[in-house]
Parts: sequence; structure tokens; C-alpha cells
Amino acid sequence: MGSQGGFYQSKEFLDLVKSIGEARSKAEEDRIVLSEIETLKRRISEPDIPKRKMKEYIIRLVYVEMLGHDASFGYIHAVKMTHDDILLVKRTGYLAVTLFLNEDHDLIILIVNTIQKDLKSDNYLVVCAALNAVCKLINEETIPAVLPQIVELLAHPKEAVRKKAIMALHRFYQKSPSSVSHLVSNFCKVGLPIYLIPFQCFNLFVSILKQVAERRLPKAYDYHQMPAPFIQIKLLKILALLGSGDKQASENMYTVVGDIFRKCDSSSNIGNAVLYECICCVSSIYPNPKLLESSADAISRFLKSDSHNLKYMGIDALGRLIKISPEIAEQHQLAVIDCLEDPDDTLKRKTFELLYKMTKSTNVEVIVDRMIDYMISINDNHYKTEIASRCVELAEQFAPSNQWFIQTMNKVFEHAGDLVNIKVAHNLMRLIAEGFGEDDDTADSQLRSSAVESYLHILGEPKLPSVFLQVICWVLGEYGTADGKYSASYITGKLCDVAEAYSNDETVKAYAVTALMKIYAFEIAAGRKVDMLPECHSLMEEFLASHSTDLQQRAYELQAVIGLDAHAVESIMPSDASCEDIEVDKALSFLNGYIQEFEAYELPKQTVQVRIPPASLASTELVPVPEPMYPRESYQTTTVPSVSSDAASTELKLRLDGVQKKWGRQTHFPSTSTSNSTSQKTVNGITQVDGSNTANSRTRETYDSRKQVEISPEKQKLAASLFGGPSKTEKKSATGHKSSKPSSHMVKSHAPKSSMEVASEKTSPVQQPLDLLDFGEPTVKSTVPSLDPFKDLEGLLEPTTQVSSAVNHSSTAAVTKSPDIMGLYTETPAGAHHKDSDILSGLSNPPMTNMVGGTITMQVAQSSKGPNLKDSLEKDALVRQMGVTPSSQNPNLFKDLLG
Amino acid sequence: MIKAVMVMNTQGKSRLAKFYEYLSVEKQQELIRGVFSVLCSRAENVSNFIDAESIFGLDSRLVYKHFATLYFVFVFDSSENELAVLDLIQVFVETLDKCFQNVCELDIVFNYSKIHTILDEMVFGGQVVETSSSEIMKAVEEISKCFLSPFLLSCVKMHVDDVRLEAASNAISLIPKSASGWRSRYFRLVML
Repeated sequence: MGSQGGFYQSKEFLDLVKSIGEARSKAEEDRIVLSEIETLKRRISEPDIPKRKMKEYIIRLVYVEMLGHDASFGYIHAVKMTHDDILLVKRTGYLAVTLFLNEDHDLIILIVNTIQKDLKSDNYLVVCAALNAVCKLINEETIPAVLPQIVELLAHPKEAVRKKAIMALHRFYQKSPSSVSHLVSNFCKVGLPIYLIPFQCFNLFVSILKQVAERRLPKAYDYHQMPAPFIQIKLLKILALLGSGDKQASENMYTVVGDIFRKCDSSSNIGNAVLYECICCVSSIYPNPKLLESSADAISRFLKSDSHNLKYMGIDALGRLIKISPEIAEQHQLAVIDCLEDPDDTLKRKTFELLYKMTKSTNVEVIVDRMIDYMISINDNHYKTEIASRCVELAEQFAPSNQWFIQTMNKVFEHAGDLVNIKVAHNLMRLIAEGFGEDDDTADSQLRSSAVESYLHILGEPKLPSVFLQVICWVLGEYGTADGKYSASYITGKLCDVAEAYSNDETVKAYAVTALMKIYAFEIAAGRKVDMLPECHSLMEEFLASHSTDLQQRAYELQAVIGLDAHAVESIMPSDASCEDIEVDKALSFLNGYIQEFEAYELPKQTVQVRIPPASLASTELVPVPEPMYPRESYQTTTVPSVSSDAASTELKLRLDGVQKKWGRQTHFPSTSTSNSTSQKTVNGITQVDGSNTANSRTRETYDSRKQVEISPEKQKLAASLFGGPSKTEKKSATGHKSSKPSSHMVKSHAPKSSMEVASEKTSPVQQPLDLLDFGEPTVKSTVPSLDPFKDLEGLLEPTTQVSSAVNHSSTAAVTKSPDIMGLYTETPAGAHHKDSDILSGLSNPPMTNMVGGTITMQVAQSSKGPNLKDSLEKDALVRQMGVTPSSQNPNLFKDLLG
Repeated sequence: MIKAVMVMNTQGKSRLAKFYEYLSVEKQQELIRGVFSVLCSRAENVSNFIDAESIFGLDSRLVYKHFATLYFVFVFDSSENELAVLDLIQVFVETLDKCFQNVCELDIVFNYSKIHTILDEMVFGGQVVETSSSEIMKAVEEISKCFLSPFLLSCVKMHVDDVRLEAASNAISLIPKSASGWRSRYFRLVML
């Protein structure tokens, strides 16, 4: 048949195509198409258009839409066309609607009827056309309308129809598995079992594959002398899925897979495709040495080939096999290096993927350096982001030295800039704060000094990405003066420069102000006199009048801190407390008390059960509670001492334990104890000032002990990030003395930040750092107390509250008042200890609003007294009082948390 | 599953676009442009595979083949094999070549609906259903035969259109030669 065949088109259409083809610019093309649309609009609505003309118009519409213009005015005509009797016209109609409409379009309803009719047609070509449309246009709701007919078609005499019918069913399965689940047995009968069949059919697949491999299929299935290669590929994919992790099933397929390995013709494309699929299959099923050997052979053939496609497949296959037999990569080192040097981007990326998989602590430096070089050279943001995060991941995991780690991170930040996920930055801060855990403190402080040094150096460069600047500011604030190498005025000068240079980036400015505050606080705490630099003064003035409440708040805080005496400052901001833990009770177990209280009115007996999980809340340095069932007693004992110690040290505590538990579910959550004592200090993270002796010593203690507990923190970190925190480890570690930090891994990431939050909250509600908050996972946010307990607070601390409220920012008030708040907390008499701890827990707990604080108290108290109406009422009242958690930004957080 | 099939010329004009999941026209255009910008930056003699995740989202791969003035592009997910899809493109082009005898870019433009028919015979609802070009040819011929008999009868009655038919078939041979010379650039089919 000639090129026109039965698909004739008129001269007009040819002209259109020709003129579009010759259009010199997009604008010219658009003009032509628009005028074409006008013509079509006019013509298509004329009465009595001959069918053939109409068909051509529709084709032209499709063409116009392919060029990116709206042809919706003609949809209805396309739909009408599907009703036509003439096959080709009908087909054109179907073609147009499948291209134009989606399955939820309003016009579909008009087509379903036609499809139903056509599926019953005697002409199998009509049936095929209808099936074609079914695939694209039938949605979940309309499936039942056509399903019976399609099932009937499975027995159609024409092979082409059966084939299409089964594919249509497959499509239905993709759209809505339940709609065709009852048909599974039919598929077995038809003999074309694809994904719908459960596991029993495993043997069937093996035997089909065997038949195919032994060339028992008709010749018609051959493709380039391969027997039905596409089917082989599919079957191998299925076997790989079914055999993974199943030794017995895997053994059943060894022979046939081995057979295919031998028979594959590695000179043709398709032969190699099958070979590659075999390798994938071998790497996913239970390993067999012989097959692994053939796979390795095939891979080396791929890698040695000149074709980039085969090299690509080889690298990919290598990446799969390497999981099972890591040694095979060594034979191919050179080939891999070649691929890495190759100008072909696709191949290069694949190779990086392979390298990523085979990174060890021995080769991490080389690999990461390579990755960074490549990252610098590309423009594709998507891939840049990906490779940056991989670099970071590898660096964290395998870093041979602190120095190297810091340098690597610097490079990543410098070049990938703001593409880097903010979490990466938070991770980096955390790492710098925590050190690598295994090492002693000197190593950690070296790490910090080298970080400070490199950052001071980098600050000289223009145009740093915002995320990186945040890290720099934080580190400078936290550790800039720690080793005594740089004077406070030098560091503060640098920070002021940053705030000025990036004056349009509020986040960076906020970080800078907070860093300034820390530096000054440390200075004050160390007993030195603080002289604010002039530029710092002017900066503060600017910020005090800033439109950003966050900046304003921070500036006021800074002012307030500077006005304090050494003792006060030191308890607000102990130095190096950023990595103390704040336990986050993800399970919201602190709410249990509330529930219980609530239930106390109706079902007093059940309350007991409800309470069980709360664990942790009151805790502090408790002895680990072995069984969740008894948490109450343990609390009591433990709580008391801890509280008193707190009071003594004038610290505020936060405690959130039981991070893992889901609220209401009573899984084990004994982790209790742990880091409470520490967490408080952390609290001050943001506003930090060097700590008092007590605070410091405590911090140290906890810090050290934590280290002991941690085995290879990198791994744990990874595990934590992957699996969200292993509960087992926690339990184990919980045994240690106080502050053995069980949940530390989980919480760690959040720790610095959340602690800051809390601290700032105490002093002043308006506060800051939303960004900070996000340290680890979103859950962290939960740490922030929410809603507006503020009012309750007012009753308690009248004057203070006002100050703290975001609205009233009179600077003086802030200055004087915030200390008051502190005083209030710290001076609470012994009797009030309970309250204190409650408040804290309230603060630290996820934002369940006021109830939070309340619940906690309830728990503690009730555990001893048992649920009783009067008690609970009292407690409730108490709770309300204590549940004070001033916070302005909380609503947002709350929203974040609850989606 | 195959997500999309595209044919575009080396200037980025799309000649055929078929998406197996519904996408809005704007989205389609955006993807086509995205693909083209990647394709045109690729050197000769590199692999035919591209990591398409930045354009099409997770789990998508792209295989393309360059024939004369056209790129043939298939986008699919991990349930297909890259090399196999490469062969599928080969089958597609071979079939086109058989249909149009020395197929060229113009054939594809002018026979828009026929190309779709061919493709529908090969790929159905995103799944490969036929890989033998002679089988595909048979099916397509049957469809057009079916069209010719009753349809031509009705055509005969329409004199005006008949005249046009003639005019058009003349035009067919004239336009390309005189105008753009596309016709002279036949695909060089690499038979595997």
C-alpha cells in the first residue's frame, strides 16, 4: 500500500503540516496553529459535513492538540464520531477521544454506551477499537459496565481480541485491583497469567519459561532468532520476585535460568536483554554459586563491549550482584573507572550509583571526591540534589576524619548550595555538636575548632547559599569562642558582617542574631565584660524595629541576656549544651493521663489500663523500667529525686520519653529515664550561656555516658534515619545510670533544636526559629508546646506573661521580666517540684495544647493515688495551671504536626 | 509499563506523542520540551538510555533512538527492560518502513492516524502486545482494507472530494521535493 493507503488526508491538511514544518519560530507556528483552530471551529460546526471531511477535521484537531493548543471545542465531535458505522471513522473517533479525554472527563459517560455496543460487535476490528478505548477511558466506576463483556471476549476466536481483552483486564487491575480479583482463575485458564496470579502458580511460570527456552513455541514468536524474548524477560522478572528470599522456590528455577544463560545469543540486543534479566533474577533469588559465576561472566562481557548500552547494563547488573558477592567488583575495577571517565552522562550516573553502593570506609574519600567533582560540573538540579545528598550520606557514614568530613560538607554546601535539603544542614550541626561519639572529647573539640576555622575562612567568599550560612552562624555561635583561639569581638564582627551582607535573608539573620546572643552569653558567664561592637549595636537597633517578629524577638532576647548577671545567664544558656537530649514523646503518652482523667468520670476502672504506657513522662534519671506494666511505681521513686536535684541546680527540665510509642497504643515504652536531666540544659541551646558548674558537670556526665552506650554512632545514625529509631537498643541502653541515653538516637537529631525551642519558650513566647525546629524529622516539631496555654499562664505569672506575649514588646519589660520567669521556675519551693517537672514536660511535649501539661501531672499523681473523681478534678485544675506553654508560633507547628 | 511514546524531529517539533496515563496538554508539552532539551544535548555514540527521573518523576527510564531527522522516544518504568525497549523502537521503525517504503519524517506527519494505529497494535494500554513487524503490518492492512471498501463507495458519490483526492495525491509528491527536502532524508535503518 502506498503511503496514503486508507488514511487519506486532504490538501488543506498537507498545507497545514507543511507550513508548520517550515515555520521559523515558535511564534510563527503558534500563529499558524491558532488560525487553523479558528478555521476548524468554524467548519466543524457546519451542518451536514461529509464523514470523510469530519474525520479529517478530527485528525487535524488531534494534531493541533499535539502541538500544545487547546482543542476542547472539538471533543464532542470526536465523541460523536465514535458512534459512526464506518470502521475507520469510528476508529478515528476512538483515537481522538483516547488522546483528548481522561477517564474522569464529563463526556466519558456518552462513550461508555458506544463501547458496550462495540464490544459486542461481530467485526473483530470494531471490538479491538473499543478495547483500545476501554484501556484509556474506563475508570473505576465504569469498570463494572464493561467487565462482563470483556471477560466474554477472553474466549473470542480471534487471537488479537483475546490478547487485547486480557490486557484490558490487566489495566483494570492496575486501576482497581478489587474490581477483577474474582477473575483470577480465568486467567489461569487463558494461559496468560500475569501479575494477577498468586504464589501457587510459581511452577507454572517455571514451566512456561522452560518451554520458551526449549523453543517449543511456534516460530511466529521468534524475534531475531530468539524464542519469544519479551516473554522470557517478563517471566524472569516474575521469577525474580517470587524467588527472592525463598530458597526452595529458587532451587526450582536454577536449571532453567542456567539454561537460558547458556542459550542466550549475546551478539544481539535482545539476547543481551534476556541475559541482563537473568542476572537480575540471579541477584534477587537465593544465591547459587554456579549461576553467580555465569552472571559474572556475562557482566564482564557487557563491560568489555564497545557499546555504551551494554556497558550501562553491565554497570547496572554489577550494582545488583555486588550485594551478594562484593568481590566481583574488583575484577572490573578498570572497566568501572573507564565508565566513570566516559563522556556519556547516563553511563556516568549509573557508575556513580554503583560506586555509591560499594562505598566502604576505605574508599569513601575517593568516591566522594569524584562525586563532588561531578556534582560541580552538572547543571541538572534534580540530579545535583540527589548526588549532594548521597555525598552527605556517605560522608556521614564513612568519614575517615573530622577534618575531611567538615571539608567535604563545606564543598557540598558551597556548590550544591540551596539545593541541599535543610535537614542535611541540621544533621551537620548535630554532628558537629555531638562529635563522632566514639572519640574522646578532645577529638570532638578538635572537630569543632576545625569547623570554626574553616567557616571563618569560607565566610570571606561571596554569595554563600543560605543553608550553609545558617550552619556557619550556628557553629560560630556555639563554638566560635570555645577554644579560646578567637576573641568574642572577632567572631561577633564576622557574624555582624554576615547579617549585613545577606540582609535580605531573614533566616540567616535570625541565625546570626542568635549566634551573637550565644557568644555574648558565654562571655558574660565567663565573667568577662561585654562590649558590643558598634556595628552590632546598629544591627540590633535595626532588628528591634524589624518587621519580622522573629527577628525582633531574637533581638529583644539578646538585649535581655546582655543585661543579666553571670549567674542568670549561665543557667539560661549553659555552653555546649546543644546536644543534650530532649526526649520527644511521639506517642503522646502524656495525654494518657488526660484521657484517663476523662474516663475517670465515666469508666473509672479502665483508667488504669490507659495509664500504663505513659512511662517516661515524669521520669528523669530513672532506672530503666523493665516492664511497661509497672511504670507508675518507678516514676514515683525516680521522679522525686530528680526533681529535687533540678530545683537545686536551678534548672528546668524537659522530658519526653517514649518517643516511639503511638499514643493510645500500649506498647512497651519503658525507656523512661534517660536523658531527662540533660535535656534541660539543652533547653537553653538557643539562648545559651555558659552553664553553671552544676549544669555543666551534669551535662558532661550525661554526654559521656551517652557515648559509652553508643556503638558506632554512624551506623546507628544511619539506622535511625532509615528505620526511625530502633526500639531494642533503647531498652538495652536504658539500664545505664542516669542519662544513659536510650532514646538518644532517635531523638538526637532533634535534640539541639528542640532544646533551643524550649528554652526560648520559657523566656519568651514569641520566639523564633521555626527553621531551627526542623532539625530532624518533622516530628520534632512536636516538642514545641502548642496552642495557647498562654492565658493560663497569665493567671500564674501575671506581669511576665505580658512581656512574653509576642505583642507587647517593650524592650525594658522583656529585659526585666524574662529573668523573673526564670526566677519563678527556679525558686519554686520543694513542694512545687512536682509542678516544675510537669511544666517542663508540658513544654517539651508535643503540641496537644494545654491538656498536655495537665495530663502529665495527672499521671504522676494518679499513679500513686489512683483515679478518683476529686483527685482528678484537682489535678485537672493543677494541670491547667501548669500547662502553660507560651508560644506564638505554635499554631503553625500544630498545623504541621497534624497535617 | 510504557508511560509514553514520542516522536520528535531534531528541531524539537513533536511528530507523535502518546501518553498512556492521562496528562493535560500543558504537561505533555512540558515533558516533550524537557525530553528534547536532554536529547539535543547528547553526543553521538553514547548510550541510548537516559535517566528520566528529573522529567517524569520516580521510576522512569527513557530510551531513545535517533534516525535521520527524528528521535523516537519511549518512556517506561522498571517493569521493562531497556535493551528490550530499544528493540521495540527498532520494531516500530521497521514496521513504519515496511508501511511506507523508505519511511521519512513527512510520512509520519501526513499519516498521523495511521501511525497511531500501528502503535496501538504494538503497545496496548502501556503493555507491549506485539513485537513482530509482519504481524503488526497484517493487522494494520486489515484495518485499512476494511476502510477502503465501504468508504470508497461513499467517496465516489462525492465528486468534489474525488477531485481533491487527486489533487492531494499530486501534492504529496510535489510538496516535499520542492519545499523542504525532508523526503530525501530517508531513515537509515540499522537492522539488528
